[in-house]
Amino acid sequence: MKIGVFICYCGNNISATVDVEQVAKFALTLPDVVHSETIHHVCSEPGQNTIKQAIKNKGLDRIVIGACSPRIHEATFQRMVSAARLNKYMLEIANLREHCSWIHEDRSLATIKAIDLVNMAVCKVSRHKVLYPSQVEINPRTLVIGGGIAGIQAALDVAESGNEVVLVEREPSIGGNMARLDKVFPTLDCSGCILAPKMVDVANNKHISLHTYSEIEKVTGFVGNFKVTIRKKARLIDTAKCTGCGACTLKCPIKAPSEFNLGLDSRGAIYIPFPQAVPHIPVIDKTICPMVLKGKCGLCQKMCPTQAIDYKQEDTLIEESFGAIIVATGYELVDWKKLYGEYGHGRYPNVISSMQYERLLSASGPTGGHVILPSDFKKPHAEQREPKIIAFVACVGSRDEKVGRPYCSGVCCMYTAKYAMLTKEHIPAAEVYIFYMDLRAAGKSYEEFVRRAQEKYGARYIRGRVSKIYERNGRMVIMSADTLLGKQVQLEADLVVLAAGVASSSGANQLAQKLNISHDQYGFFIESHPKLRPVEASTAGIFICGACQGPKDIPLSVAQASSAAAKVLGLISHEKLETSPLVAEVNINRCIGCFRCLEVCPFTAIEKQEMRGGAWVARVNPALCQGCGLCNATCLPGAISLNGFTDDQILSEVEAICLVNPEL
Amino acid sequence: MDNLVCLNNTDPKFRPSVEKISGQNLNKCYQCAKCTAGCPIAGSVDFPPHKILRFIQLGLVKEALNAPTIWYCLSCITCTARCPNGVDLAKVMDTLRELALDVQGGKTAKPRIALFEELFLDSIRKHGRLYEMGTLLQYNLLSGRLFQDSELVMPLINKAKLEFRSKGIQGKKEIAHIFRKTNAEEG
Repeated sequence: MKIGVFICYCGNNISATVDVEQVAKFALTLPDVVHSETIHHVCSEPGQNTIKQAIKNKGLDRIVIGACSPRIHEATFQRMVSAARLNKYMLEIANLREHCSWIHEDRSLATIKAIDLVNMAVCKVSRHKVLYPSQVEINPRTLVIGGGIAGIQAALDVAESGNEVVLVEREPSIGGNMARLDKVFPTLDCSGCILAPKMVDVANNKHISLHTYSEIEKVTGFVGNFKVTIRKKARLIDTAKCTGCGACTLKCPIKAPSEFNLGLDSRGAIYIPFPQAVPHIPVIDKTICPMVLKGKCGLCQKMCPTQAIDYKQEDTLIEESFGAIIVATGYELVDWKKLYGEYGHGRYPNVISSMQYERLLSASGPTGGHVILPSDFKKPHAEQREPKIIAFVACVGSRDEKVGRPYCSGVCCMYTAKYAMLTKEHIPAAEVYIFYMDLRAAGKSYEEFVRRAQEKYGARYIRGRVSKIYERNGRMVIMSADTLLGKQVQLEADLVVLAAGVASSSGANQLAQKLNISHDQYGFFIESHPKLRPVEASTAGIFICGACQGPKDIPLSVAQASSAAAKVLGLISHEKLETSPLVAEVNINRCIGCFRCLEVCPFTAIEKQEMRGGAWVARVNPALCQGCGLCNATCLPGAISLNGFTDDQILSEVEAICLVNPEL
Repeated sequence: MDNLVCLNNTDPKFRPSVEKISGQNLNKCYQCAKCTAGCPIAGSVDFPPHKILRFIQLGLVKEALNAPTIWYCLSCITCTARCPNGVDLAKVMDTLRELALDVQGGKTAKPRIALFEELFLDSIRKHGRLYEMGTLLQYNLLSGRLFQDSELVMPLINKAKLEFRSKGIQGKKEIAHIFRKTNAEEG
């Protein structure tokens, strides 16, 4: 055994606090170390060449590098070792920077610690074994979960390569929240006009299979080989027969608040969610349909010219295999009615949410694009009034620790400015007030957009958080302050629109559990690295994009979706995937079949395996195993060991520190 | 000003009227207060320049026109020079002074600063230069503060800084011409 030790100066990142020459000198005294030297930058090309030369000239078979964290350069150094024709797992890195020089001040003590760390690494590397990565096949099919703009974009981009995509959407139609929007900032183009063609593209793309009104039931497998069970909820419509004529929806006697228009109008028990819905097929709400509940009615069935209505239809489960999964489940608005008693808990009809106002502005909305007071909806047409004074309140459910939403939703400043402009265009005489705390318009042409709302459209921005909204003589009184004036202010408005904050989509946590990806306390999925791996989830082969990762506007969601698609294409462009050999292994002679390991494994990598003779033992699926070592620590008979981190290796490291510095 | 400002009772025409006279877009002001930051009199007034602009934006007529700030303003134009949005605040102050005089009318209602400025200019129009003694007496009589600064009169006379007669200048004609021209330009 010939071990080589290389200690990096890292400029002065390490050498300023650690006497690297002394560490290198000490390393030579360790058993089996035949070569030891210092290098100014191991990661540089000359640095790497020095090591390669030493391996060649001195016949080194194990390498210890004392440098920065293995998170930064382990892959670089492994490639270097491989290039010198050594197995890349014969390398051990002692972290002398993050674990030593950066966190200590006393040079002599830091040097002693560095010596310990190198000693540990040498003891460990002397017990390393040659390991080889294994290979698994990659299924080229991709699953996209969520059919909003992010999911649509990701599906189209992946399908563009000719690979198969399955798009699963929970609602009866794709389109997501963007389908509800009227016009979109900062260019004020019509949301429907730019979204609808993409929705139709999804429906017509021969590489995309669309499952609407469907949910993810179960996910197993691993990168390249996911098995996903999809629940296709019963629409009670035979989609093969339905022509989407909509005759069935005309005679339905039941009325329920419309989800698409956020309760501003109603829909029947059988309904097509909105005119541009894709697929343009109705769905029956089983919770209110009298035919389903009591077996009475059946009007829609009589109306249907193609006998497409099937009250007996049941949910179906389909199982599909995928190589990669893109999650794009989007967002919902914060439920302000529950959180803000001071704004009336939703009991005033003329205090509405931003998304409801979107529908009021929209030509396809419940009022045909006429902004009229919601309190007048039921009055005869001639008595319906337009609001003269409209107030927009920002940060409702954003930047508010008390309601558990300390983060900025990132889009409200922009869309309230948009509302100011659109409102002035609908009702030129209207007075528009916007109550805000700060104006955050950090995007291309965004600041100019917000300035335009003030300078050209004369929106009156009042800087203060609204304390209370109450009714007086049929108008809404807003109590606030203007910090720019330094005074309390009050406004009587006809209509108040609350810019409700962005929350994760309901059910995001449960989906995260099924997919085994991480999410934060607000239900937003967490990326692998906030800067360098922004669309990769914590589990290999799963990617996230759009507002499910955090509040985001349309341009950013689309950019992330395309980015996730590019990542997927990179993955499925390989036929086979190399998997790390640093995984757990079961010694079947020792396994007693207690399966505690199976319970603790966070990656469902452990399976039961029947031996000849009927005994059951554990088996690790190396493609799923992430090498966390939980099973290793849990195994009572010591049957499981983790490659690269065996008990023998770790105990030898412990022994190393105990022996060198017995006084510590 | 009132402690509670009712936004419904503000005057929506005020800002446009100030904008029309001054030729400025006052919605461009985003209240960064750089004007106040460089203003030499901001420390001596209750409402510094950026607040005066806020009054206009919100249509708070009384607050804007009654603020002593508009009379304390030295027209040094530092605010105008430094405004990131190109608002000519000195011009706005001018406009406010004009409007304040229009609104309040009648000599007695005039702020004393306006009175002083008027007397100062009158003196120059008449004598070609400032006739201190005359201006002083007129100001103290008309402002009703008969004995303001009277303790300074004797020391000034003793040092020959204050004379009983106006000395006049040679170029009175030219001065009169300047006044005529300025009046004609301002209409």
